[in-house]
Amino acid sequence: MTFTAAKVDMAAIRVMPRRPVPAQIRRRRLLYDVANHSLAIVVAIVFIFPLAIVFFTAFMTHQQLGTGHLLPHPWYFGNFSKVIHDIPFMRYLANTIIYAVLATVGVVLSSIPVAYAFSRLQWRGRDATFLLVLATMMLPAQVTSVSLYIVFTRLHWIGTLLPLIVPTFFGDAFTIFLLRQFFLTIPQELSEAARVDGASEWQILTRVVVPLAKPAVAAVALFQFLYAWNDFYNPLLYTGNSANNMTLAVGLTQFTTLARGNAYEIQMAASLMFIVPVIIIFFLAQKVFVEGVTLTGVKG
Amino acid sequence: MTQVVAADRPPAVTSRPRRGRSLRARKRWTVLLFLSPWIIGFVVFILYPMVSSLYFSFTKYDLLGQPQWVGLANYQAMFTRDSMFWISVRNTFWVVLIMVPIDVVFGMGVAWILTRPRRGSSVYRTIYYLPAMVPTVAAALGFLFVLSPDGPVNSILAHLGVPANKVPLWFADPTWAKPSLLLLSMWAIGNTMIIFLAAMLDVPTHLYEAAEIEGAGGWAKFRHITLPTISPVIFFSLVIGVIYGFQYFTEAYVVSTSSAAGEQGASSALGNPENSLMFYGTWLYQQGFSYFHMGYASAMAWVLFLVIMVCTFVLVRTSGRWVHYGGAIR
Repeated sequence: MTFTAAKVDMAAIRVMPRRPVPAQIRRRRLLYDVANHSLAIVVAIVFIFPLAIVFFTAFMTHQQLGTGHLLPHPWYFGNFSKVIHDIPFMRYLANTIIYAVLATVGVVLSSIPVAYAFSRLQWRGRDATFLLVLATMMLPAQVTSVSLYIVFTRLHWIGTLLPLIVPTFFGDAFTIFLLRQFFLTIPQELSEAARVDGASEWQILTRVVVPLAKPAVAAVALFQFLYAWNDFYNPLLYTGNSANNMTLAVGLTQFTTLARGNAYEIQMAASLMFIVPVIIIFFLAQKVFVEGVTLTGVKG
Repeated sequence: MTQVVAADRPPAVTSRPRRGRSLRARKRWTVLLFLSPWIIGFVVFILYPMVSSLYFSFTKYDLLGQPQWVGLANYQAMFTRDSMFWISVRNTFWVVLIMVPIDVVFGMGVAWILTRPRRGSSVYRTIYYLPAMVPTVAAALGFLFVLSPDGPVNSILAHLGVPANKVPLWFADPTWAKPSLLLLSMWAIGNTMIIFLAAMLDVPTHLYEAAEIEGAGGWAKFRHITLPTISPVIFFSLVIGVIYGFQYFTEAYVVSTSSAAGEQGASSALGNPENSLMFYGTWLYQQGFSYFHMGYASAMAWVLFLVIMVCTFVLVRTSGRWVHYGGAIR
């Protein structure tokens, strides 16, 4: 099939008069609809099943767990207070929030000017340098983490949240990339007009570009927050065995290893408390999210 | 890349008369100032650690004493004396060669299912995407329970009449442990699915209509229209999948250390059951951060880096043969 053939056929369709759809075709369409929706529903059930199990199990007593029933009855709400009392859940939660919030602030603040320099300032070597930024995204964390661990040990930062937070204040390649893509879509004429009016680059950045780029800034902030919330590798390495500074991601795994046996209902309650904030954010910010994901697809 | 720059460069800048040195020097300073967070971050958190880990990879270093130069000994030991290294390499190739391609095909299939219904597909999309939002640790813990030997899935299997001795033990069985991780990764396919979906919705409908008129069936349309148009996304997911596949860590760590809950410390449980979940990333972690063999771990990290670079390069090089970028079909 060639491109021209497609065009000719299209023209042929357009001149055909509309006719009522024959019953036979309507019946076939209905069958297709039923088949398509059945398939989609089956897949939806498979996807929702593990989440539903985690949810229901969080409301079971330990005795109910062994009975093989999937639904709790009666519903038991004591697991959550057990989680809070048995492990330093609140401490982990506070650490996770501190890490996620400060990392988000750091990444957004430090990446905005860099993305600006890569999109709205002209300088020699800009594209080569930008390729270098992109290349750093390919670098496996293991190549740097051994040396960084040694540095952080010397600084006595191991067992604190500092190794997680401080690096975020020095730009993040993925965030720089996304912001640059968005900054490029803002008409240069706006900056030119501001320059003619005597505005400095910093003023153009803060008063023209950033206000116009709010959706992109919101998206990268959301991505970074979720990244920090979910991050396991870095907290595992750098917060070490200090329970005081563990984040939820690491704390929850410690909790299972601490000879908890098969207290799955406590584990599921803790996991649920870890999942729910993310799900709430997801539903509240779905629009920001979709915009951000499509931003990733913009050609660079 | 050069084309983009040429297009977005305002003519005003190039045609503007020179206004002397001071202005240009100021401009240079502005650029440097704006770039400074990244420059400092790059030097301190990427360049320096890379160079020093390359140096450590030629030394014996346990964090307490001074690094001792041993030449290529770490690399030699890795390839000749460390049997666990080869186990981890085999398991990691399983991730890259089996898990990643299956995930990509599955993400494509789920996206295709989403394009079928004429109504309500946004509800399905939200449900299919939801697992990708679940933090990896929570997802792994959830699957550990759902797939536990007496867990919900096995009790359903028992209800369906699967005899007790035929029921898989999932994460507790060395032959089932990796397939169980595959299920976990397929479940969290949301991000891959979303970009496939966007690409599929981008395929011009007139192409399908034209193909239908020429008598093409469902498969022919998929093979000759959908597949070529979404090939850049297939390529992108494969590259990302391979880069992350070689570093596979979190799921394996959580599953190994949690299913073996007990008196053993977390580090000795890595790889459980029976090293079937010992991946390159977990073995490197154990070498570096439980045994504190910093030199050896650095050498492993550099081998990993080189392998990732070579694989990405090969993928990029061979992509010309099967990846169609715009224009060709549109």
